[in-house]
Amino acid sequence: MSERIGRPAGLKFTKIEKRFGALYALRRLDLEVQPGECVALTGRNGSGKTTLLRVAAQLTRPTRGELSFPGLQPAEAPAIGYVSHAIMLYEELTAEENLRLFARLLGIPEPTKRIEALLEATNLTNRANSLVRTFSRGMKQRLAIARALLHQPGVLLLDEPATGLDTESAAWLTNTVRGLRDEGRTIVMSVHGESALSQLATRAARLDAGALVADTRSGATFQSVFGMGSV
Amino acid sequence: MRLFANTAALVAKELQTEFRSRELLTTTLVFVLIVIVLFSFTFDPSVSESRRFGPGLLWLAFLFSASLMLQPCFLKERSNDTLSALRLSVGDPFAIFLAKFVSNTCLLLLTQVLLLPIFAVLYNVKVFPVFPKLLLVFLLGSIGVSVTGTALSAVSSQARMRELLLPLLLLPLLVPILISSTEATAALLAEQPALRRDWLGILTAFDVVFLTALWLFGEYLLEE
Repeated sequence: MSERIGRPAGLKFTKIEKRFGALYALRRLDLEVQPGECVALTGRNGSGKTTLLRVAAQLTRPTRGELSFPGLQPAEAPAIGYVSHAIMLYEELTAEENLRLFARLLGIPEPTKRIEALLEATNLTNRANSLVRTFSRGMKQRLAIARALLHQPGVLLLDEPATGLDTESAAWLTNTVRGLRDEGRTIVMSVHGESALSQLATRAARLDAGALVADTRSGATFQSVFGMGSV
Repeated sequence: MRLFANTAALVAKELQTEFRSRELLTTTLVFVLIVIVLFSFTFDPSVSESRRFGPGLLWLAFLFSASLMLQPCFLKERSNDTLSALRLSVGDPFAIFLAKFVSNTCLLLLTQVLLLPIFAVLYNVKVFPVFPKLLLVFLLGSIGVSVTGTALSAVSSQARMRELLLPLLLLPLLVPILISSTEATAALLAEQPALRRDWLGILTAFDVVFLTALWLFGEYLLEE
């Protein structure tokens, strides 16, 4: 997985507000993530982590405020890899067919090499031709991460990527995220409490009721961000 | 060009998954078959009655079966959030609609072609001398049904009463398609078969208007 990586853009949320009817999911949130930073988002269930990540992925339009990508030209579209709670894969297709489909959609030249490399990196080469619906939760999650990395995105958004993973798969995930961070990609991941994954972060931010209540890069407060109010 | 490349990849995916599971095609075929067989036994129509009522019955059956076929069109993309994966991967979201529309049209057309011989036998009407012209009517009608149904399926998949909402929105909107297709089919099955260009014109206009609307506003239908 050491091919050309998409330019690592930053993420700048300016007074972002997202409402679903009367419910505020995000309240005038300001946050600037530098290119190459690894940010752990924490907070209770319903605090707005998923909404913030979906706004960052441009899957949800904010009600108010602005999202920009520092480090990119104004007309340049960011290469974003997104892993959500859902696997975002077709269960009635095989692992290889899924990756080939998304590689075609993304316009990746010579997709076969890339797909083989990703299947190998995710230890799924021997199950490449199996239907995804026959996979365990851990295998599905590994394939979901492979799909998100197909186009070598400079920005990675991971929404509770360790959910439902056994110890072995969680360890694999931690090593993979560490490798991606060390390659210089911008990573924003939502995590629950302190874990091996959250320890990879170079910055921690905590949301509460859609508002940013803590944001720190180092020191004693860094660990406390995971402790306070996390479930 | 990327729009067409993405559309081609997605059409291939849609047809591959459908022919692998055969869920939609089987359900639709069986539904239309039941309707035309039941009506045939209930009324035991004469040749003249078949020419008069057969086309309407056939198109009604197609419309109801289409609402069954179109229901899971976007719903199945929500279970694993594959719709988000598609939106992140395609350059133009219209590719998602175009692919759904093309695959739905193909499946609907296939249903119609497979059931036409059974309809011809049960209702004692001669369809084979006018088959190419019938195919044109079926194609224009299917395009209209698919383009409207695909758009409304995207809307209804986000709603709470989604199973009820699609037929409620779709069937009234398809009245012009139902009338035009039925009249054009009836003219072809008449004693003196004729291709009614006026009804074909209405079908074409409907198709063009709704396809253009989908192209212009489709992106908004995918937003959360």
